[in-house]
Amino acid sequence: MAAAEGKHIYYVPHGSKWPAVGTIGLFTTMIGAANWLNEVSWGKPAFFVGVAILLFMMWGWFGDVIRESIKGFYNAQVDTSFRMGMMWFIFSEIMFFAAFFGALFYARMYSVPWLGGEGHGALTNFYLHPEYAAAWPTNGPGALGGSFQTIPAWGVPLLNTLILLTSGVTITIAHHALRAGHRLQLLVFLGLTVALGGLFLFFQAEEYIEAYKHLNLTLGSGVYGSTFFMLTGFHGLHVTLGTIMLLVIWFRCLKGHFTKDNHFGFEAVAWYWHFVDVVWLGLFMFVYVL
Amino acid sequence: MATHAAGHHADHHDDHDHKPQGFWNRWVFTTNHKDIGTLYLVFAFIMFCIGGAMSGVIRAELMKPGLQLVEPYFFNQMTTVHALVMIFGGVMPAFVGLGNWMIPLQIGAPDMALPRMNNWSFWIMPFAFTVLLCTLFLPGGAPAGGWTLYPPLSLQGGSSVAFAIFAIHMMGISSIMGAINIIATILNMRAPGMDLLKMPLFVWTWLITAFLLIAVMPVLAGAVTMLLTDKFFHTSFFDAAGGGDPVMFQHIFWFFGHPEVYIMILPAFGVVSEIIPTFARKPLFGYQAMVYATASIAFLSFIVWAHHMFVVGMPLGGELFFMYATMMIAVPTGVKVFNWVSTMWKGSMTFETPMLWAIGFVILFTIGGFSGLMLAIVPADFQYHDTYFVVAHFHYVLVTGALFSIIAAVYYWWPKWTGKMYSEKWGKFHFWWTIVFVNLLFFPQHFLGLAGMPRRIPDYNVAFADWNMVSSIGAFGMLCTPVFMFLILWHSKKHGATATQQVWEGAHGLEWTVPSPAPHHTFTEPPLIRAQDLAHGDPTH
Amino acid sequence: MAFGAWPDAGSTGPQTVASRPVCGGGPNDWDGFRVMAMKSLATTRTGRAVSAALLTLAVNISCAASTLPARWQLNMTPGVTQTARNAYTAHMIVLWVCVIIGIIVFGAMAYAMFKFRKSKGAVAAQWSHNTKAEVIWTVIPILILVACAWPATGMLIKQADTSNATLTIKVTGYQWKWRYEYLDYEGKPTGVGFMSKLDSESDKTRQLKSGLDPHAVKVGNDATYLLNVDKPLVLPTGAKIRFVITSDDVIHSWWVPALGWKVDANPNIINDAWTLIEQPGTYRGQCAELCGQDHGFMPIVVEAKPKAEFDQWLAAQQAAAAPAAATAAPAPAAPQG
Ligand code: HEA
Ligand code: HEA
Ligand code: CUA
Ligand SMILES: [Cu+2]
Repeated sequence: MAAAEGKHIYYVPHGSKWPAVGTIGLFTTMIGAANWLNEVSWGKPAFFVGVAILLFMMWGWFGDVIRESIKGFYNAQVDTSFRMGMMWFIFSEIMFFAAFFGALFYARMYSVPWLGGEGHGALTNFYLHPEYAAAWPTNGPGALGGSFQTIPAWGVPLLNTLILLTSGVTITIAHHALRAGHRLQLLVFLGLTVALGGLFLFFQAEEYIEAYKHLNLTLGSGVYGSTFFMLTGFHGLHVTLGTIMLLVIWFRCLKGHFTKDNHFGFEAVAWYWHFVDVVWLGLFMFVYVL
Repeated sequence: MATHAAGHHADHHDDHDHKPQGFWNRWVFTTNHKDIGTLYLVFAFIMFCIGGAMSGVIRAELMKPGLQLVEPYFFNQMTTVHALVMIFGGVMPAFVGLGNWMIPLQIGAPDMALPRMNNWSFWIMPFAFTVLLCTLFLPGGAPAGGWTLYPPLSLQGGSSVAFAIFAIHMMGISSIMGAINIIATILNMRAPGMDLLKMPLFVWTWLITAFLLIAVMPVLAGAVTMLLTDKFFHTSFFDAAGGGDPVMFQHIFWFFGHPEVYIMILPAFGVVSEIIPTFARKPLFGYQAMVYATASIAFLSFIVWAHHMFVVGMPLGGELFFMYATMMIAVPTGVKVFNWVSTMWKGSMTFETPMLWAIGFVILFTIGGFSGLMLAIVPADFQYHDTYFVVAHFHYVLVTGALFSIIAAVYYWWPKWTGKMYSEKWGKFHFWWTIVFVNLLFFPQHFLGLAGMPRRIPDYNVAFADWNMVSSIGAFGMLCTPVFMFLILWHSKKHGATATQQVWEGAHGLEWTVPSPAPHHTFTEPPLIRAQDLAHGDPTH
Repeated sequence: MAFGAWPDAGSTGPQTVASRPVCGGGPNDWDGFRVMAMKSLATTRTGRAVSAALLTLAVNISCAASTLPARWQLNMTPGVTQTARNAYTAHMIVLWVCVIIGIIVFGAMAYAMFKFRKSKGAVAAQWSHNTKAEVIWTVIPILILVACAWPATGMLIKQADTSNATLTIKVTGYQWKWRYEYLDYEGKPTGVGFMSKLDSESDKTRQLKSGLDPHAVKVGNDATYLLNVDKPLVLPTGAKIRFVITSDDVIHSWWVPALGWKVDANPNIINDAWTLIEQPGTYRGQCAELCGQDHGFMPIVVEAKPKAEFDQWLAAQQAAAAPAAATAAPAPAAPQG
C-alpha cells in the first residue's frame, strides 16, 4: 500500500464551504433551466446565476486544493485518490456517451430498418408506413422537419478530426516537456492545444450554422437530426469544457504550479482531453463516415 | 485493546479528536465520513416516511372498489413519486450512508478518499428531492407516468417533466460522485494487511455496487436527457414517425434499471453476510464464493434488461436470450442463500434484533427471488407482466430485501455509532410487527396478480376487493413501523445502556476494535491489523 | 428432443382443437405434461403427496374456466386457448420448483435455528468451506433451470408463428378506448370496424365519490364493474385469429387473461399475436400498460361465438357498414409472420 513515503498521514481536509456553494449553484442552475424550459421569465437569468455560482465554486474549491497541494499536504496516497477519482469520472462520462451511441446504433440497426419493413418490422411497414423505405440518413416515415441534407464527412469534419488528433499530439509533447522541465516548450505546446481546441469549436459552430441555415438539418430532422446534434453537441460541450480546463492549466503552468513529478492537475486535464478525442473518433466514424 | 486505532492524531491538525462546533460547521461544511453517513441515514429515514405516506394514499384508495379519495390522475402521481422517493431517496441514500459510516471503519481508513466531494454528494440529495417533490404543487401536478417514465406518456405531463428530469440529473450526479468516492476509498485507503480478499463482505458488495452505479447512472441521465429534448427540442428519439422508437427508451432505461435493482440489493447481501456470522458465532461460509457470486450477479445484471420488456414485441431471439440470461442469475444468488444457511448450520446462534431482521431477509428475499424467477419464464410472463404479481415480486425484494437489511444494519451498528444499546424487547416487537403486516400487505398481491389485476390502476373489479382489503390492512400496519423505529432509537439515544467496544459477542472486524461510540476521527494512522481482528483474516478457515 | 416434441408445446392444429372437449375430458397437451410431471414426482412418498395435490388443484382450476376473476382467487386460470394453457403450465412448473426448493432451504434454516442455538448449549463449529457441497448447489440449480427453460422455449417458438390466420384483426389503442378493425376474414377484406369503450354504468359508478355501489354493476349474475364495454370484440371459435396491434397516442397493452398473452400497443408500430379460442364465451380483460389517467378504465371484452354465429354477426355488421365498405379498396395480402 502507498501509505508510507514520508508523510504517512492521509490528509483529511477540515470542513469546507465549497460543496455547499456548489449545491446552491447546482440547485439554482437546475431550477432555472426547468423554469426556462417552462417559459417562466426568471428561469433564464436564474440558470445563468446558477452557472456563475458553480464557476465560483470551482474557482474556490480548486483554489483550496491547489494551495494545499503547494503547501505539501498531499502524499502519494492522496494523489492516487485524485487519480482514481478522475479515472472513474471519465468512465462515467463514457457511459453517458454510450447512452447516445446506443440510441444511434439502435436507430440504425433496428428501428429504421424495421420501419422500412425488414425482418421483425414487416407488418409495421405494411400497415402503417407502406411508402417508407429504410435508409440512412432518415427523418422517418413522418418526414419530420422536412427534407434535409447532411454534412459531408470529408470536409470540415475531417479537418476537425485532424485538429483534434493534432491536439492530442501537442498535449503529449507538452506533457513530456513538463516532465523534462522545458518550461517554454511546455507553454508553447499547451498553448497550441488550447488554440486547436478553440479552432475545433469554431469549425463546429460554422458547421451548425451551415446545417441550420442551408441544409435544413436541425434537431427536428427525425432521428438523424436528433442523434447527429445530440452526439456532436454533447461532444462539443465537452470540448468547450476541456478547452477551458486546458486554459486554466496553461495559466497554472505559467505560474509554475507543476513540478516534474507532481502535476496531477495537468495529467487529469490531459486524460480528459484524450477522452474527448477518442469520443470524437467514434463520432467521426459512426455519425459522419458510415 | 486496540487503542492505537483511535488514539493518536497528526501533527498538522489541532482538532482531530474534537467535533467541529456549531450546526453549520458540524453538519453543513463537514468532511467527516461519520457525520455525512449520519446525514444520509437521517435523510433516507425522512424519505422513507414521505414515500410511505404516499403508499398510504395508494393503499387507502385501493382498500375498496370505487373511487373514494383521489382522482385517478393524482393516484398515478402518487404511484410514480412513491417509487422514485423510495428508490432514489430511501434505499440508495440509506446504503450510501451505511457505506460512509462503515467502509472506512471496516478497512482501517481515516476517512473517505475525497472528503469534500463526499459532502457535496450528500447535500445535492435534499435539493434534488426538493425539486422533485415541489412538482406536487405545480399546476398539472407531479410526474404521473410511472417511475419508469415511458414515453410518449411521460411527455404528456405538464411543467413537471422538466423538473423531474433535472431532479433525476441531480440524483445521478450525487450517486456518481458518491460511488467514485467509495471505489477510491476501497481501492486506495485500506490499512496495510487488509488485502482485497480479507475485506468484509459489506465492503466487497459496496465496491461492486459502486462500479454498477458509475456504469449505469450516466445511462439514465442520457435516457432522461433524450426525453427532455424529445419534449422541448423536437428531437424524435422515441417517436417512430421520425425514425425513432418508443421501445428504444425502454431498452436504454432498463439497461440502467436492471443493474439499478441490484444496486439496491448487493449492499443488502453485504449487510446480511456481516450479521449472520456474528450471531451464529461462526465464520461466514464460502467467503470467496460469496465474492465471486456478487461479481457474477453484477456481470449478469448488464445482460438481462429486456426481461422487463417481454411483451413490447421483441423478436423471438431476443425473448429467448433474455429469458436464459435472467434465469442464470438464480445460480449465484442461490449460492448466497445456501451459504447463509450453511453459516447458520452448526453455529451457536442467538437471536438479537439484527439477527431476526437478517433471517427475515433471507427467507422473504428468497421468496421475492422465486417470484422473480417465475417472471423470467416468458410464456408465463405474458400473463404476469404489469399485474400485481410483479408488484408483489419487487416489494418482496425491495421491502423485505433491501429495506429489511437497512433496518438490520441500523440495529447492528447503532451501538457502535452511538455507544448506546437499544431495547431488545422493542426491537423484537418492531420486527414481529413488521413481519406480520408486511406479509399481509404483499403476499396477497401475488394472488391479485394471478387473478388478473393490472398494476397502476386506482380502481378495480369487485372480485379483487377482498385481497385488496387485506393488503391495505397490512399497509396501515406497516405505516406504524417508522414511528416504532424512531421511538426505539430515540429512547436508546436518551436512556440506552452503555455499549461495549465489541458490542456483540461474536462480532469480528476492525469496526469492533474502536471504542463505542466510534470517535469522531478513527484510524488517522493506519492500524496494525492482527489476524483476530479480521472477519476473514485466515483463509484456511 | 426437438423443442416442439415437448408434450406441452402443443402440436395440434386448429381443426382438431375445435372439436375437442375443453374441460376435464380428453388428453390435451397440457395433460401430457401433467402425466410426465406426475411420473417423475411419483417416485417418492412426498412426491406422491405433492402430485396428488397438484392433480386436484389442476383439475379443479381447469374446469372452472370462468370468464371473470373470482373472489379470493389464488391462482392463475388455464384459460381457453393453448397459449393460455401453456402460460398456466409454465407457471405451475416454476411455481412448484420454487415451492420445493423453498421447502428444502427454509426447512434447513428452521432446523438450524432450532438445533444450533446458544441457549441449547450449541458450540459453534469453525469450518467455513465444503467444496463438494458448493459444487452440488451450483450444478443442481443449473439443471433445474434448464429443465424449466426447455418447455418454455418450445412454447415461445410455437407462439411466435402468426402465419396462416383465418381472420386478421387490427387493434388500435386510444386514450382511453380501443378500436377494432376486421381487416380480412377468410382472405377477404370486411370493412367492419368500431370503437369499444367502458360501459356507461361502470363509467357512472367509477366517478370519484359517485356514491354508487360497484357491486351493483352487473351483467346477468356477473359483477362486471370496470370489465364491461359498450361494444365487445366478437371473434369466432376454432379459427386462428391474428391480431395486429398499434396505438394512436401512448403505449397501451392488450390483454385478455383467458387468451393467455398480452402485447403492447406502440404508437406508429405494429405488434402481432395470434389466438385460437376453443370455447364460446365472454372473456374479459383490461389495458395493461399505464396510459394516463383512465388507464384503469379501458377494459376489453371478447365475445367468442361458434363459426356459424360469427359469420352471421359479421354479415350483419357488413350490411350496416355497406356504404363505407364499398369505397374501401381491397387490401393486398399482408406479409405473414
Ligand atoms: C432489489 C430489487 C430486485 C431484485 C433483487 C430482483 C431480482 C430478480 N428479478 Fe426483479 N424486479 C424488481 C426488483 C428486483 N428484482 C423491480 C423493481 C421490478 C419491476 C420494475 C417495474 O416494472 O416497475 C422487477 C421486475 C422483474 C421482472 C419483470 C416483470 C415484468 O414486468 O413482467 C422480471 C422478469 O424476469 C424480474 C426477474 C427477477 C429475477 C430473475 C431476479 C433474481 O435476481 C432473483 C434470484 C433469486 C432467487 C431465484 C432466490 C434464491 C435462489 C435460490 C434459493 C437458488 C435455487 C433456486 C432456483 C434454481 C429456482 N424482475
Ligand atoms: C424500496 C422501494 C419501495 C418501498 C420501500 C415500497 C414500500 C411500499 N409500497 Fe411500493 N413501490 C415501489 C417501491 C417501493 N415500495 C415501486 C418501485 C413501485 C412501482 C411504481 C410504479 O408502478 O411506477 C411501487 C408501487 C407500489 C404499489 C402499486 C401501485 C400501483 O401499481 O398503482 C403499491 C400498492 O400497494 C405500493 C405499496 C407500498 C406500500 C404499502 C409500502 C410500504 O412498505 C410502506 C411502509 C414502509 C415504510 C413507511 C418505510 C419503513 C422505513 C423505515 C422503518 C426506515 C428505516 C430506515 C432507516 C433507519 C434509514 N407500492
Ligand atoms: Cu390503455 Cu392503459
Ligand atoms: Cu430486472
